[in-house]
Amino acid sequence: MSHENSHSHAALIWKVFGFLSVVTVVEVILGIYKPAPLHLTHVLGTSFLNWIFLILTLVKAYGIAWYFMHLKDEKTWLRRAIVWTVVFLIGYLSFFLLYEGGALGMIDQHWTRWSYN
Amino acid sequence: MEAIVADTPKGGVWSGGGNRPFDASYGKMMMWFFIMSDALTFSGFLGAYGLIRFKFLDSWPIADEVFTHIPFVHGNYPMYYVAFMTFILIFSSVTMVLAVDAGKLMQKSKVILYMGLTIIGGLIFVGSQAWEWKTFITGSYGALQLEDGKIVQFVDESGHQVTLQSFASNAASERVRHEKQNGLWFVEEASLPSVTLQQVKEGFASNPNISMRTELINLDTKKKTIVSREEANKFLDNAVRVVEGANLTENEYGKTLFADFFFFITGFHGFHVFSGIVINVIIFFNVIIGTYERRGHYEMVEKVGLYWHFVDLVWVFVFTFFYLI
Repeated sequence: MSHENSHSHAALIWKVFGFLSVVTVVEVILGIYKPAPLHLTHVLGTSFLNWIFLILTLVKAYGIAWYFMHLKDEKTWLRRAIVWTVVFLIGYLSFFLLYEGGALGMIDQHWTRWSYN
Repeated sequence: MEAIVADTPKGGVWSGGGNRPFDASYGKMMMWFFIMSDALTFSGFLGAYGLIRFKFLDSWPIADEVFTHIPFVHGNYPMYYVAFMTFILIFSSVTMVLAVDAGKLMQKSKVILYMGLTIIGGLIFVGSQAWEWKTFITGSYGALQLEDGKIVQFVDESGHQVTLQSFASNAASERVRHEKQNGLWFVEEASLPSVTLQQVKEGFASNPNISMRTELINLDTKKKTIVSREEANKFLDNAVRVVEGANLTENEYGKTLFADFFFFITGFHGFHVFSGIVINVIIFFNVIIGTYERRGHYEMVEKVGLYWHFVDLVWVFVFTFFYLI
């Protein structure tokens, strides 16, 4: 943040807003129509559509963190200390929680009855 | 850089080195510390939601069928309202970052304008969330709960859900609400559902065009399973109560845990938005009375901005995991 006195970043900010809006609109359209070729195909543990949602979400998160929270302008190692730590810990936690969830599901589905004969 | 220095390091805030590590002031660094720990808290909650969701992958409520309402409009409109909420929050993030930008250029009146807009955006968002909660708590169609906790719903020939009132018989019910004045003075009962279990059973028997839908999802079509009438009667034999709407102990849309996670996570996020508004209001008035003008820099606006953007960032994930995926 050493060169910010000179000029306004307003143009860039509106550009980022436009980008985030477009991504959100795409997500909402996909979420309403749920195209069958994306929704009903299974890739790496979930539907292809869910992977698209997840990636678009991470893209939005990047836009917010880099340009709105101006991580982009921070010193490289401050940015890395923040981003790498959070990404590693959240990735680690999510992987095991979701993996265990799948295992619990296998047990649950084995014992749940869906008919009362 | 001078414009945003919170304290000049003359034996100042970082006792020891006295420098600003990574060129970030003490306050900003601490805000980042807080944001990181808060991010981990939220990911813990969302991760727990993911675990339960994977556990009940074949019977979790389908979000498109839960959140289908828009204020003042009748009909079935999934996603639109929550998309609107997302836009409001992203837009308030934009006005926030514009306020920070104006602060760096020492443009007081612009900071006031943009912070004001940010606060209004935040208020619209929490208001919308309150409405969303109210709709979810009220419910839309009503359902029956079985002895083992499963939820069954009712659909017409086209597979669309129908309300319990639309087919329940109007056989008289003896059951009245237990109130303190006419029963045990220390026991109170919540309001009774609009129809009784018996009325639903009779209505189902006399309406052959109504079918029953279970929570079970056909993983090939991603649709809930509609069972045959004879099987439906066996489900009805196991039914124990009418459920209308959702709360922490019952949920007409399916798994109670869905309602629990929804209330907890969106509530926790909504509380963040609320506290963000409070902090924004404080800073807003500080800007108006010229505190930061005298201080020579608007770093405080930048710090509260970081918090506000973080709240927006969390919503992006909540939106994805509760409404899209």
